Amino acid sequence: MMSVPETDILPRTVDLADDPHLPERLNRIWETAPGLYGWISSVDHKSIGRRYIVTAFVFLLLGGLEALVIRLQLASANQHVVTPEQYDQLFSMHGITMIFLYALPVLSGFSNFLFPLVLGARDMAFPRLNAFSYWVYLAAGLFMYASFLMGAAPDDGWFNYAPNSLPAFSPGPNMDFYALGMIFLGVSTTVGAANFVVTVLRMRAPGMTLARMPILVWGTFSASAGILLAVPAVSLAFFLLWLDRTFGTKFFSSSDAGQPLLWQHLFWIFAHPWVYIIVLPAMGLVSDALPILCRRPIVGYGLVAGATVATMIIGFGVWAHHMFATGLPPIASAYFSAASFIIAIPSAVATFAWIATIWSGRPQFTTAFLYFAGFIVMFVIGGMSGVVTAAAPADLQITDTYFVVAHLHYVLIGINLFGVLGGLYFWFPKMTGRLLGERLGRWNFWVTFIGFNAAFMPMHLTGLMGMPRRVYTYPADPGLNLVNLISTLGSDVLGVGILLFLINVWLTLRRPRTAPANPWNAPTLEWSLPSPPPAYNFAVIPTVASRHPLWEDRMDNRSGRSVLDRGLALDDGKEALATTVLEARPDAVLKMPGDSPWPFALAAMMSVFFSALLSQSWWIGAASIIGLMVCTVIWLWPERRLAQTAEPPNV
Amino acid sequence: MSETALHETLPVGSPGHKAGGWFGMMTLIVTEASLFLYLLFSYYYLAFWSRSGFVPSPLPKFDLALPDTAILLLSSVTVWWGERGSRKSSRRQMALGLIATIALGAIFVCIQLVEWTQKPFHFNSSTYSALYFTVTGFHMAHVVAGLIILIALLVWDWLGYFDRRRHAPFAIGAIYWHFVDAIWLVVFFTIYVTPYLGVR
Repeated sequence: MMSVPETDILPRTVDLADDPHLPERLNRIWETAPGLYGWISSVDHKSIGRRYIVTAFVFLLLGGLEALVIRLQLASANQHVVTPEQYDQLFSMHGITMIFLYALPVLSGFSNFLFPLVLGARDMAFPRLNAFSYWVYLAAGLFMYASFLMGAAPDDGWFNYAPNSLPAFSPGPNMDFYALGMIFLGVSTTVGAANFVVTVLRMRAPGMTLARMPILVWGTFSASAGILLAVPAVSLAFFLLWLDRTFGTKFFSSSDAGQPLLWQHLFWIFAHPWVYIIVLPAMGLVSDALPILCRRPIVGYGLVAGATVATMIIGFGVWAHHMFATGLPPIASAYFSAASFIIAIPSAVATFAWIATIWSGRPQFTTAFLYFAGFIVMFVIGGMSGVVTAAAPADLQITDTYFVVAHLHYVLIGINLFGVLGGLYFWFPKMTGRLLGERLGRWNFWVTFIGFNAAFMPMHLTGLMGMPRRVYTYPADPGLNLVNLISTLGSDVLGVGILLFLINVWLTLRRPRTAPANPWNAPTLEWSLPSPPPAYNFAVIPTVASRHPLWEDRMDNRSGRSVLDRGLALDDGKEALATTVLEARPDAVLKMPGDSPWPFALAAMMSVFFSALLSQSWWIGAASIIGLMVCTVIWLWPERRLAQTAEPPNV
Repeated sequence: MSETALHETLPVGSPGHKAGGWFGMMTLIVTEASLFLYLLFSYYYLAFWSRSGFVPSPLPKFDLALPDTAILLLSSVTVWWGERGSRKSSRRQMALGLIATIALGAIFVCIQLVEWTQKPFHFNSSTYSALYFTVTGFHMAHVVAGLIILIALLVWDWLGYFDRRRHAPFAIGAIYWHFVDAIWLVVFFTIYVTPYLGVR
């Protein structure tokens, strides 16, 4: 079956009808081996995507439980549900979990699952790297959560300000878990982003020019480019912090020439772009799915795609709006305040495009639609409170109060979690072959929506009344009891809402796979495939002529017709098509790697390395570096069957 | 656009700059360049806010660093020459280019280590000393990674893996080496030149 690759070939174009055995042949080539070995070494982007989503949801539940304990502690004045030390660990791990271990990974899961399907490709550009990024994410998450076993979870808040995070004030291993865990996780995030970027540049079906890409591709592409530029800042910051903590250097201490504020700069240079990184892909999901449920293309495709890119770029110029209270020079405050106002413009462009899409379409009120509509409402509320905090004078009053807590939860739960839940209702059939229950779905949405607003709407008031965030408890007299009690009850309702979602998933998974290929009558390529899609995705490589390949019958298309049932077969081993960056013309036939245990092995070895650094076992650390290098060289060893080496001279 | 049959042949596998790995290396270079950007931002930020005497006297000297810079730049030329060998399938030229580059890179590392031992301060003597060793250490780690890549390329060349059509790993390794050299120029300027321009 697998012949020795030549350097140049004329790939065979087939009509699917003329070659009925092609799918079967491709399936033998592409399917993952059964058993534990196959499970560990699978490079199928669809399994990896589902793993990402499931793992991220487990972290969401852990972070949610932490939040419920926090709310219990704050339900009324002078409570002692947990100790102050436990409370510090709970709110720190809640933030770390939600922002780093849930919010981006769940979107990476969507993008991993969807990218090749919406781009008309057979896999991601780097399938093994894809598996590696998942295993490293899992290992880094477990690494940070292992701190609970030692009773020493990070306890300085997710933004971890120096000098409070230095040994003088934080002597235990708590912050070492966080520092090393974040460097570890950064590896996963970075290689994942590189994979998305190269996949978009190289793996699009012929004819899928940049202007024909779904918005979710624009969202994840912009976010991934942002990750490549932003993550080094936080990896470096945590590395320098680790040096300060372990070897007594003075980068962030106020002695010698150290500067605690350097931490804030490095952290927010990363963390503000990060806020956009964890919402842009979700905005992309909504921009693609919402119009389908309104039976029309999105209003202003070009504007929304442009706004996505613009948001990411401007997102790099606003970091110091988190630092208005640190005594920045007035000119710097003015600049960062103005930039923060400007970033509202592209967000408003997207919002108006969604509203116009609903307005001029024929909305179908499915659960997914309800989530997307809720997403827009909460994005507007979170956006408005964001404008308030962007004003430097107002921010001086409300910074580090519950007003900011309300704002960031409206933004993150509103734009990330609601987009994700709506996206799951929408793409669940493609991922599992089963449609989630709609009746339970309505209950799920309304309970979640009401619970969320009951929990976080009062927090605006709590903050304006002056309650600082992150305090362990509060006295009875300032009148904070009622608002806090409402927030606690609301968070419990929100928890019930998420529970209803899990019940819906559980009930649905017990039913047979009956979802049709295209239950929503949607226009993009993934819906041309069975639910769930076969291992090889596309039996023949499709040719794309518009943004809506499956709607061309009913839409006026001047650019011609997409062809889905006739195309390159690429069945001489595991093959995929590379296309040119701008025009997506066929450029090369790629030999794709098969299942490989090395990504898992490398991730395991990295766990040893970071554990050695944590316990300061330098010899184990040095040995694991050598192990890492050996594994990497074996992984990258050029292979004949991947057409990476020259013809042997004697053949 | 509905014409689906191809009439032209396509290269198979990883041919030169069309290889996925070439694009992958570009993303790595972008993210590594950002890392050095933030590292040097930290250097300038701390230097700017320290009152005076940030760089301890004597100021960094050029006696070792300048020849070292020349050696590293020369190694970019040799790896480029070796890569040209792949275009004519000359395994010998590829091997000679790689061996010369590895030798020059190793000399660079050795001279750096000598300079480290001659410094009058230790890693955590001051904020400056920690920055000095962190910045040059980060760069040296990249040089060492580059040397490992070059050695792997040499082994693969010796095994006859490369010819006129199949040399993607060579092209990818060479661009990484050029990147490491370019970063050195920025590091060199920051550590050795700017103290004389007033950043001290």
